[in-house]
Formats: sequence, structure tokens, C-alpha cells
Amino acid sequence: MTRHLTLSALAVLFLFPLVWSGWASLEDPSDYLEMARFGEGLGTYATNSVLVSAMTVAGTLVVSALGGYAFARFDFPGKNLLFLATLAILMVPYATILIPLYVLLGFIGLQNSLVGLSLVFVMFQLPFALFMMRNAFEAIPRELEEAALVDGCGTFRAFSRILLHAVRPALVTVGLFAFLASWNDFFAPLILLNDGSSFTLPVAVVSMTQRTFGAIDYGMLQAGVMVMAVPCLVLFIVLQRHYVRGFMSGALRG
Amino acid sequence: MTLTLTRAGRRAAHGAPPARWRGKKVQGWLYAAPTAVIVGVLFVVPLVLVVWMSLNRWPLLGPARFNAPDNYARIADNPLFLDAVLFTLKYTAITTVLLSSVALGLALLVQERRPGVGFFRTAFFLPGAVGFAAAALLFYGMLNNDFGPIDPMLRALGITHEPVKWIGTPNMALFSTIALVLWRFAGFNMLILLTGLQAIPVEVYEAARSDGAGRWQIFTRITLPLLRPTLALMLILSVTGSLLAFDQFFIFTNGGPDNSTVSMVMVAYRDAFFRFDLGGAAALSVVLLVGLVGLNTLMMRRLR
Repeated sequence: MTRHLTLSALAVLFLFPLVWSGWASLEDPSDYLEMARFGEGLGTYATNSVLVSAMTVAGTLVVSALGGYAFARFDFPGKNLLFLATLAILMVPYATILIPLYVLLGFIGLQNSLVGLSLVFVMFQLPFALFMMRNAFEAIPRELEEAALVDGCGTFRAFSRILLHAVRPALVTVGLFAFLASWNDFFAPLILLNDGSSFTLPVAVVSMTQRTFGAIDYGMLQAGVMVMAVPCLVLFIVLQRHYVRGFMSGALRG
Repeated sequence: MTLTLTRAGRRAAHGAPPARWRGKKVQGWLYAAPTAVIVGVLFVVPLVLVVWMSLNRWPLLGPARFNAPDNYARIADNPLFLDAVLFTLKYTAITTVLLSSVALGLALLVQERRPGVGFFRTAFFLPGAVGFAAAALLFYGMLNNDFGPIDPMLRALGITHEPVKWIGTPNMALFSTIALVLWRFAGFNMLILLTGLQAIPVEVYEAARSDGAGRWQIFTRITLPLLRPTLALMLILSVTGSLLAFDQFFIFTNGGPDNSTVSMVMVAYRDAFFRFDLGGAAALSVVLLVGLVGLNTLMMRRLR
């Protein structure tokens, strides 16, 4: 009984901020209309966020599926070195790498570009994604593709026709993690984008709090919080099982 | 069965090893090429570049000039940085202790599979699905004296009588930030600990219980020691995350009041984009990188 009371009290504590924010944003629905006109317009920022997330998810899936297949099934020179270099991304502070990335993207003409930002997100997702995909491919019995290879398929056809279907759960997990990371990230777009019309939602909504004229409109701010949070909450609840499983097998290799 | 036999037969007929793709080095490289390009161009090159930048006077605009070791020498003279180091260490210590304790408490509460436990697990984790920037903005509104609900509630309960300066004094700003971090990350750390708890075999508990061990004894003699690797992982993640704190201070306290909540990463950010000194920021980043790699190596050795 005490246990249940404690649990319930804690659940109220954890859910209260979310419920309050949703309620505060709806108290005056015109907050949403006002936010839609904020700066370059909510549509612009949301489109940027959707584009960046879509490119990040697609890029992460393609690169890590091909790479995972290579690491699970082929021997090639430099294999271990490349794997270690990829895992080393986890060791380097985000902040350390973003300032040279800002300069580097300037050299290759991708500064202030959504494509450049997405490529950076793909890089940050790779350690987790490559690890997940390699394990997923390794778990498939070799017989499955051997049959196809013997029947005259090239490795790419075996990969695209047979193996990709078998690793679908891992692909969903990798995609979900890539979406949550790129949709929510604040620091990378803050540094890599410098033109208001290319801002993603987190940067745009944070800039509402730093208005130089007039008071901050808190209702509008909570509307912004909800626009950012609701897609993640829905996706998380729908795909919760994948998240938890992927988390245990990938993030926790210990 | 027939299938296996046929394949074995064909294999024998060809006399080739089963993995005919294993020898194809070129193919392996082709599949790994996108990974190699991304890791090489966007990780290895910037890593080398940041070291090179730290040895140069590197303004945001205009040409760079070699000036080593000026950028490093200037770090020691930067009073903002020294304060930031102390503040970040203090924040890291408090956050790590509180976060681990809360996460462990939550994990123990929802450890057993019972009806309804799934709901509580989800409830505790749900803030983790909200982005950190969104969470910081949420707290920014929730703790506002005029708009937020917390102040009126505290006053109605008679706990406070005046508006609380949630981010108005250095200590309160730190306190509020830690509350935000606990709310956002406790569930995530709970999930890490749950995986560790579930790896402990039930038999161990049963054996202890039949030997007459009490709850507290089971916790200190069995749960904690067997949870050590998971606790170590959580500590490393928490310490690393806290030492690199940026979003919460940038969005929630904006480093204030009076620069009392400026973290180390924030100093590097200000150097780069307010003082247009990318070389100085790069030097700070290199120091941060070396310190962090050293610390993590040390922690892994000690905790394992």
C-alpha cells in the first residue's frame, strides 16, 4: 500500500510538468496562432526540422546498414581500425568537435546548410547505429544468404532482397534513435546554422525567450514546447518496445 | 533437411570455403566506404583540425596565424574559465549523487513485474522522450513567478509567502537546474539500472532469503555488489554528461545570475561566437577532451 502511494505520488511528480505545459499551451489557443507567425513562421522551422530529421534518419539507415553488413560478413584491410575510430566518436565531447566542424563545413560549402547539419547528425549516430546493425546482421544465419549466393545472386542482391528484411527490427530502432536525436538537438544547429530562415524548431523556440523587445510570451513558449515534444512522446509510446530493447542491446554493451 | 544436404553437396563439389564473400576485400570496402567517408571527413579531420586551430590565432572571419602556445597560455588567465571549472565540478558532483540515488530508488520500486508497473516505468521515463531544450523551456515557464503554477501552489500551501527567485540567485539557479536535470534524466538512468537489476539471477535472492537475510542485507550484500558494473556505466555517463553541460545553462539560466552558472562548455562557446576567438575556443576544447578522456579511463579502471 505504501509502495503504491509512493509510486503514484512520484508518477504525479513526473507527469505534472508535461500535463501543465499541455494545459498552459491550450489555455489560450491563440498562442498557437501567434507562434505560427513568430519569426520566419512556424511552418519554416517545422519544415526545417522535418527535413533535417528525415535526412538524418535516411542517411543513418543507409550508412549503418551497408556498414553493418560489411562488418558482419566481410574481411577487409583496416576493418578493426575503422570500427574503433567509429566507436571513438562516443569518447569525444560534442562541444570539442562542433567548432572545427563549423570551420570545416565552411571549407566544403555546407555551413548554414541543413544537409551539412544532417551529415553531422549521421556521424554522431554512427557508433550506436553501426554497432546495432553489425549485431543484427551477425545474428542472421549465414545459410540464408549462402543459398541466395549459390543461386547466382550478387552480394548486393542478397543484401537488399533478403537480409534487409531480416534486420527490420534493428532498422526501426536505429531510425527511432536517429529521429529523436536530430529532432531534439539544440547545440549542433545553434552552432552550425546562423541564418534565421534555416533554424530548426529547438533553436527557433529558444530564441523566443531571448527577445529584446517586449515581454516573453509564456503561453506561446509552451505552445512551442508542445510542438517539439508531442511528436516525440507519441513516437516513443508507440515504439516503446523497440526503444527499450535497442537501448539494452546497443547502448549497454557495458 | 534435403536443403542442407544439397548445399553441403554443392559446397563439396566446388571445394570452396562456405564464405565465398569473405575473400572479396574490395566488396567489403565498398559496403564500408560510406561509414569510412563519414567518420573520416566529419570526425577524424575535425579532430585534427581542432588541435591545429588551438595552435593558431583563428578569428571567426579573416586569416589564421600560427601563435602557439598563446591560446593555451591565455586559458590560465581567464578568470571566467577558472570559475567555470569550479562551478562545473560542483554541479557534476551534486547532479551525479542525486541522479544516481533517485534513479536507483525508482529502479528498485519498479523492478518486479507486477500489474501496473509498466505504467509507472513509462511515467518515469516519459520526460526522457522530451528533448532537453524543450524540457528546459518547459521549466523556464513552469518556474516563472507570474505565469507558472509552482509559486501559487506553494503560497496556497503556506510554504512560501513571497515569489521565489527560482533562477534569481546563484544557489537557487543551481537548485532549479538540478531539478530540471533530475526530472529529465532520472527515468533514463532508471532504465539503465533496470537492465542491470534484471541480469541478477532470481536464485541468488532466493538463496539469500532462505539463509535468513533481511531486506537491507540483501540490498547491501547482493544487489549493490552485483549491480556494480551497471552503476559504473551510469556514473560514467552522468559525470561525462554533467561536465559537458551546456543546454541547461544556456537556455534555462543563460549563465546567470552574475555568470554564476557558466559551465566550461559555455565558456568555449562564448569565446568562439561572442569574442570571435575560435583558436581560444579550440584550445579550451582540447583541454576538455584530454581531461575527459583521462577521467573516463581512470573511472573505468577504478570502477570495474
